[in-house]
Amino acid sequence: MVKVTYIAHDGTETTLDGAEGDSVMATAISAGLDGIVGECGGSMMCATCHCYVDDAWSDRTGPRKDGEDDMLDCAADDVKDTSRLSCQIKLTAELDGLVVHLPSSQL
Amino acid sequence: MSGVSEHVVIVGAGQGGLQAAMSLRTEGFTGRISLIGEEPGLPYQRPPLSKAYLKTGAADALTLRPAAFFEKHDITLVTGTRVDSIVRDTGHVLLGSKTLGYDHLILATGTRNLRPPIDGLEHALDLRTLEDAKRLRKELDRPRTCAVIGAGFIGLEFAAVARALGHKVTVAEAAQRPMARAVSSPIAARFAEMHLQMGTRLCFGQAVKEVDETGIHLPDGEKIDADLILLAAGVRPNVELAQAAGLPCDNGIVTDAQLQTADPAISALGDCAVFPDPRTGRLVRLESVQAATDHARTIAKRITHGTATPYAAVPWFWSDQSDLKLQIAGLAFPEDDCIECENGSVLRFDGDALTAAETINNPKVHMKARKILALQAPPGRDTLKRAGYDLTLI
Ligand SMILES: Cc1cc2nc3c(=O)[nH]c(=O)nc-3n(C[C@H](O)[C@H](O)[C@H](O)COP(=O)(O)OP(=O)(O)OC[C@H]3O[C@@H](n4cnc5c(N)ncnc54)[C@H](O)[C@@H]3O)c2cc1C
Ligand code: FES
Repeated sequence: MVKVTYIAHDGTETTLDGAEGDSVMATAISAGLDGIVGECGGSMMCATCHCYVDDAWSDRTGPRKDGEDDMLDCAADDVKDTSRLSCQIKLTAELDGLVVHLPSSQL
Repeated sequence: MSGVSEHVVIVGAGQGGLQAAMSLRTEGFTGRISLIGEEPGLPYQRPPLSKAYLKTGAADALTLRPAAFFEKHDITLVTGTRVDSIVRDTGHVLLGSKTLGYDHLILATGTRNLRPPIDGLEHALDLRTLEDAKRLRKELDRPRTCAVIGAGFIGLEFAAVARALGHKVTVAEAAQRPMARAVSSPIAARFAEMHLQMGTRLCFGQAVKEVDETGIHLPDGEKIDADLILLAAGVRPNVELAQAAGLPCDNGIVTDAQLQTADPAISALGDCAVFPDPRTGRLVRLESVQAATDHARTIAKRITHGTATPYAAVPWFWSDQSDLKLQIAGLAFPEDDCIECENGSVLRFDGDALTAAETINNPKVHMKARKILALQAPPGRDTLKRAGYDLTLI
C-alpha cells in the first residue's frame, strides 16, 4: 500500500491507501473523495483531475507526461509549475507518503 | 434553490445518470434523488471495456464512484432494477410491482447493440456492458480466429487489442472505409493502414450476409472462418420507455436546447437523447462521455435553479487503437469540407465555419481546437488559412 495525502482547497486533509500501479486520480475516485472528478477515466482528455504536487515530492513524481501540458492548459484553476494531471501519476513504493494539493475547482 | 422539484428520479445508472445525480448535489439540490439502473453493481465507465479492460481484466478500475459516495451524498441507488413504464398524468414510474413518484424525471437509458436481421447472428457476441466484456475477455484466453462485424470505434478498438494479444482478426464493414460515420477519409485511411500493418484483415463494402458457428459469410460469396465473432455494427437508443409514454422520439428522445423533453417534468440525456446541435440547430445524437456528462450538468442546473443557459458545450471524443490516439473536437457533418494540415490533423469546415478538428497523437492541436470552438466568434476559414491551418498559431 502507498499512502497519499490529498489536501483540499479549504485545507481538509485526507490520507488514503493506494495500490502500486494505480494512479493518484483512481485512488481518490475509488475512495469517493470530492475534489478530483476524473471524467475521462484517465485518458488525458478532460483535465478534471488537476492537482498540485507538494514541493517536497515534485522531484519524485517526475516530469509531466507527453501531452499533459496541453491538457493542463484547459484546467479550470491556475496552472503552476507543480501542476499535474493526477491520472498520470502512478503510485510506486517510492511515492509512499505523497502529498498533493487540490485546486478550488475542476470544471 | 427554487424548490421546484422535491424528488428527482433518474432512469439509467450509467455515465450520464450518475453524473446527473452528482451534479444535482454539486448545484445544491436538497431534495431526494433516486438513481435506478437495470444493470447490477455500481455505475461504471464503458470506454475501457474495449481498451484497457480487455487487456487487464481490472473490473474494479471501471467503477465510477464507490458505494460510500452514494451514502455520503444522499443518493438512493437502486441497481438490478428496470423501470417498466412512466405514468405522466400522476408523475410516477412503475418498477415491477412497485411505483415511485417523481417531481422531475431524467431519462438516461443509453443504447443497446443494434442487431440487424442477419441469419445466425445469435453466434455473435456483443460489447456494450461489463458483462459482455467479461465474457469476451474469457473467450480470448486461448488462440482465436476473430471476425468483427463493423469497423466503427468499438469494432476497431477490439481488433487492435485482440491482434496485439496475438489473435487472428478480420473486420468486415458495409461502408467503404472505417469509422465512416464519424471521421473524414484521410483519418480513416491512416487507421486502416495501421490495422493492416498489425496484420488485421479489413474487408470494406461487405455487409455481412449470414453468420454461423464457423464464421461469417460476405455478400461476394467469401466465407471467413472464425471461432469468435463480435457484432459491433452500431447501436439503437433505448427510447421505448419514452415512446410508450407518448414523448416524441426520432432516433432518440427529442429534447430542446435545455435537454427537456416535450413534457417539462421530464428531461433526457446522453446516448438516448437527440438535441439541437448548438451551431446548426439540427437534431443530433452523440454517443460520448462528454455529451452524457455535459448534458447532465445542464439538466442539474435547470432543475436546481429553475433556469439554465442553453446547452452549448463543445463536443469531444477519443478512440485508442494500438499506438494511435484519435481525438475529435467539435462536430462535423459528413458533407463538411475536409482540409488536411501539414501536421497530420484534419480540419472540417461548413462554409466559413470551423466545425471540427480530427487529430492523431496530437493533443496540442486537439486542445487548441476545443478552445477555439468554444469562442463566441471563432476565427473563420480565411484567418485559419492564413495561419496555414495550424491552429496552434492562432
Ligand atoms: C465499448 C465501449 C467503448 C466506448 N468508448 C468510448 C470512448 O472512448 N470515448 C467516449 O467518449 N465514449 C465511449 N463510449 C461511449 C460512452 O460510454 C457512452 O456514450 C456513455 O456511456 C453514455 O452514457 P449514458 O448515461 O447515456 O448511457 P449508459 O452509460 O449506456 O447508461 C445507460 C444505462 O441505462 C440503463 N437502462 C436502460 N433502460 C433502463 C430502464 N428502463 N430502467 C433502468 N435502467 C435502464 C442501462 O442498463 C445502462 O446501464 C464507449 C462505449 C462502449 C460501449
Ligand atoms: S482523468 Fe481526464 S485527464 Fe485525468
